[in-house]
Order: sequence, then structure tokens, then C-alpha cells
Amino acid sequence: MRCAEVIAGGGALAVVTGTAAGLALGRAAAVTAVAVVIAGALAALWFARNRFRSWVYQERDEDLIVERGVLIHRLSVVPYGRMQFVDVSAGPIDRAFRLATVKLHTAAAASDARIPGLERDEAARLRDRLAALGEAKAAGL
Amino acid sequence: MRRALPGGPGRPGLGAVAADDGWRRLHPLSPLVRSGRAVLAVLALAGLSGSGLIGSGAGTRWWDFALVALVAGGAAVNWLVTRWKVDGVTLRIETGLLRRDSRQLPIARIQAVDLVRPLLARMLGLAELRVRLAGSGDADGRLAYLPEQAAEALRARLLAAHHGLDPATPEPAESAVTSVPTGRLAGAALIPAVQLAVVAVVVGGVTAAVAPGGLLGVGALLIWWLIICGTIAWRRVSTQYAFTVAASPDGVRIRRGLLGTVAETIPVARIQAVRMIEPLSWRPLHWCRLEVDVAGRLGHDRPEGTGEVRKALLPVGSQDEAARLLGIALPAVRDWPVPRRPPRRAVWKAPLSYHFLAAGHDDTLAVAVTGRVRRETTWVPLAKAQSVRLAQGPLQRRLGLATVHLDAAGKRVRAEFRDRPQDEARALVGELAALSRSARRRAALAAPGPPDAAGEADGRGAAGEADGPGAAGQAASVASPVNASHSEA
Repeated sequence: MRCAEVIAGGGALAVVTGTAAGLALGRAAAVTAVAVVIAGALAALWFARNRFRSWVYQERDEDLIVERGVLIHRLSVVPYGRMQFVDVSAGPIDRAFRLATVKLHTAAAASDARIPGLERDEAARLRDRLAALGEAKAAGL
Repeated sequence: MRRALPGGPGRPGLGAVAADDGWRRLHPLSPLVRSGRAVLAVLALAGLSGSGLIGSGAGTRWWDFALVALVAGGAAVNWLVTRWKVDGVTLRIETGLLRRDSRQLPIARIQAVDLVRPLLARMLGLAELRVRLAGSGDADGRLAYLPEQAAEALRARLLAAHHGLDPATPEPAESAVTSVPTGRLAGAALIPAVQLAVVAVVVGGVTAAVAPGGLLGVGALLIWWLIICGTIAWRRVSTQYAFTVAASPDGVRIRRGLLGTVAETIPVARIQAVRMIEPLSWRPLHWCRLEVDVAGRLGHDRPEGTGEVRKALLPVGSQDEAARLLGIALPAVRDWPVPRRPPRRAVWKAPLSYHFLAAGHDDTLAVAVTGRVRRETTWVPLAKAQSVRLAQGPLQRRLGLATVHLDAAGKRVRAEFRDRPQDEARALVGELAALSRSARRRAALAAPGPPDAAGEADGRGAAGEADGPGAAGQAASVASPVNASHSEA
């Protein structure tokens, strides 16, 4: 999903800078500009892929663990009982690939349990399971 | 959209003082107090322009008073259409003429009850009752104004019901814990102000010596600066004047204020975290400030931070007093966990704050010390933990360190186990998660009453349909409908 965004964005940027440089500075400059932008896009693609691959979640008996990040590595443990609500969202690109993002909210603003790029069915299953578990294990503030 | 209300035909209760079904009015003088400042300002302006001091011509014109009449009329209408009642386990407030607004505040969910008396209200013997729920805004649970006795009685009733007692139970006796002498309060406010002023004078003097031409400008700036410092110090003293803390079975009671007074009651079970702050300028005197965090949104009367109510439990006091108050705010704790230092190599990651950095925990409480100029010690009861997080940046990875956060309800309420050894941090995440789970269970067993655990997240909400017709993005959420008007944070 992110890869698609990067490819589309990189491609568009390459065309734009290439045309601009070609018009302003001639053909050699245009080729260099396009090459630089494509290299940048490939690097971004690589980052996006690694970032996506590092995203791991695990449903345990009492809590959900979400682990993510390449450069800054983060791990969140959110007990089901502390869950306030579950959010499932899907942007236009997500929908084109039938994907969705599940986000868990607790009373703490910093709790950071977001799982992007789930298959839509898996997202629905996770949402229902989390909601059921949250209800069963609810705890007061 | 005015609706006919039960008990009042046609206009909402214009005639009858109180309908039979327990609905009550606010005090008839409340519109005067609420719009008092605005009316006074307008009157003063009208008087000035009338006497020819400002404006084009002399003589009072009729439209000078139109604004006054408008404000007063608006306040009077607002008073007419506002009513409240206590209905078993909920406090209901209805207001609004065109857009009828009905609020239901479940008493079991109360986070804090404040009694606020601005100067004008105090002169008339009135008080405003402010009920705070988690996630509610400042204006949500306001009853402005009630007669003082009625407000106190209502507070006692709400708190008794909150603790699952008979609402008729009289307010329990309290025992004074500590109070802040005015001298110390003024000193605490003045020390930073004086320091800033000294810095400003020195800078100004140097500037004037270097460039004598700009003396006038520098002088004006200095005076402006001094006025600002003085205002801040004055505000601090006047809001915290005669600060007293008392403990009662209801919770911690705080009274403060010079011109307008505030009486706050915080149920002890609602305290999410306690923080002790020692600024650099107070350190030679061994003074500190103690704050508690209560879930709920704060209003504009507290500018710093958002997302939680941060109340000063002790604006300035000695370490002994702070320790005593800490024992009251966290009564379940018997022995305090000892903070441990991070390894020596953490100095590369945090060269400044390494000096105080420490963190520790036992099976009920986590404690963390951070900050260099402003030393902050935070205590978070494990039973209140919302989530446990681990974060490791590139530099930390190089040094084999990691930071563990224990989050409590609110925006920046957490204990940070900063720069612990990597293996320890990994183990700590699992340990804290397990310990807070058992602590939560113990807390639930200890307080089986209706106030806390019941219906916090009864996820009856139907799963949102994921194929909505949204154009840009879809959102489906499974909410836990806590109650009709307020969501519990």
C-alpha cells in the first residue's frame, strides 16, 4: 500500500522535475534530475518495505502487542481491559487494495497500537475480537 | 426548537419556579453574576463616553445601553431555560432556548467536584458547582450559580452517591493535613520572578552601556518585563492564597484563593498519577510542588497541558509535607519503590538529565525521576496503567539502551524508565504488563462497589459497517457507548 504510494509519488515527481529541468537547462540536466528522483524513490521504497515488514502484532490472552519501526524501534503492550474503542479506517488507496487500518484507543493518549495494511476481512475479525475481549475484561479507570 | 417540557406548558418553565418532578432552578441572581463583568465593563465605557472623556461627543445616547440590555437579557433568558435535578444516579442539567441541550452526568463517573466562588458571587453568597467527568469539557457539568449552602449540600450528596452511600449521608468530617503560609507562597512566586528581573536588569544595563543611545527603549522594555513578572507572581499568589489541604473519606479537599475562592474535592481512587516538581530556583530551600493527575479535560483556567486535569496538591512546600500528602494521595502503598540509576553509558544519550535519571517499581507502584533544571518525580500506580511501551532510537541501540513508558490516562501522564539496559527493558515490559494486570485485578476485588468497574466498556455498539458510502475514506468503529452524553476516558 505504502509501496504504491511511493511508486506513484516518485513517478510523478520524476516526470515533473525531468520536464522542468529539460525545459530550463537542457537534456543532460533532465536525465540527471530524473535519475536522482528515481534513486530517491527507490530508497523510499526500500524504507517503506522495511518499515512494513517490521510491523508485527500478536494477540495474547490478556493484551495485544504491536511492534514496529526500523530506525526507532517501538513496542506497545495494550491490555484488552484498558481499551476504550477500536477504530477501523481505510483511505482511497487502502480501499483499492482491499486493506484497512485497525487502531486501538485507550484513555492514555500516548498508547500507540495501530496496525496498518490489514486485509479487510482480517481487520473486521480483529475488530470484532478486540471489541468482545474489551467487553469481557473491561476495567475501571 | 423549543419543546414543551413536562410540567411547564408551552415555554419551558417560565412561570413555575420548579416543576413537581424535582427540577430545580439556579439562583435568580446568577445572570447578574455571570454577566456581571461584561455589564460592568460596558457601563464603565458608557459612563466614560457619556462624560465626554472618550468618543466624539458628550451626552449618553440610548444605544450606549442597548448592549447592556442585550447582555443582561441574554443572561436572563439563559437562566430561565436552565434547570437541573438529581435523578437517582445521574445529575441532569438542561439548558438552551433555541437548541435545547440536556446533559446526564452519571454520579458514579465523577472525577472531581469543585466549588468555585468568584469575587462577585462571593459577595452575594453564591457558588458555582463544577462536576468533572473523564473526557468532559470544562463547561459540561457546571451549575452557576447556586446559593452557597445548597451548593455545599449538593456536593455532599453527589459525593455520597459517588461512594455508593445513601445520598442523605452528611458530609464526612475532614482532618486538615497542611496549609501553605502566605509568606512562603509569595516567596515561591517571587524567587523566579526576581531572578528573571535581575537577568533583565543586567542585560538591560549591559545593552545601555554598549549603546547609550537606546537607553529609553531598553528602559521601556525593562519596565514592561517587570510588569509581566509582577502580574504572573500576583496571579500565582492570588489563586493559591490560603491553600489548605484536608483529607476526608470523600477524597482530598483543597481550598484556595484570595478574591475568588475555589474548593476542590478529588476522590482518591480517581488519582491517576502524582508528580513532584523541584525547579532549580527552589532547590536551595528544599521546596517542591506536588501535582496530581485526574482523568478529564481541562478548561481554559489551566493553560498548561491538555487532555487531563492537573491539580496542584501542594503549590509549594517542604519535602516532609510532600511526603505526607503523597501518603494520602496513594493510600494503597506501604513501602515505596526505590528508584535505580541507569547504567553509566546512558550519559552519552542524556548528558544533562543523567544527573537525576532514575526509575524503579514494585508490585503496586512505578516511580521515575527525570529532568535536570526542573527535576520531576512521577509516581504511577500500576493499577492505573493503560499501556506499556518500549522505544529505542538509533543512538540507544548503539549504546544498548531502551526506554520503557508506563502510560496512565491523559495526554502526557506516564512514568518513563529512561535509558535502561536493553535486556532489562525487554524484561521490564513483560513484567510491568503482568504486574499491572494483577494490580488491576486486586483493585477490582478491593472495590466491588458500583462506582468503578461497572459498565465501563459495555461494548454493545453494533459493529460499524465497513462499506459505507464515504468518498475519501471510510471509518467504522466499534465504540463502547458509555452513556448518552459523555464518553468515559
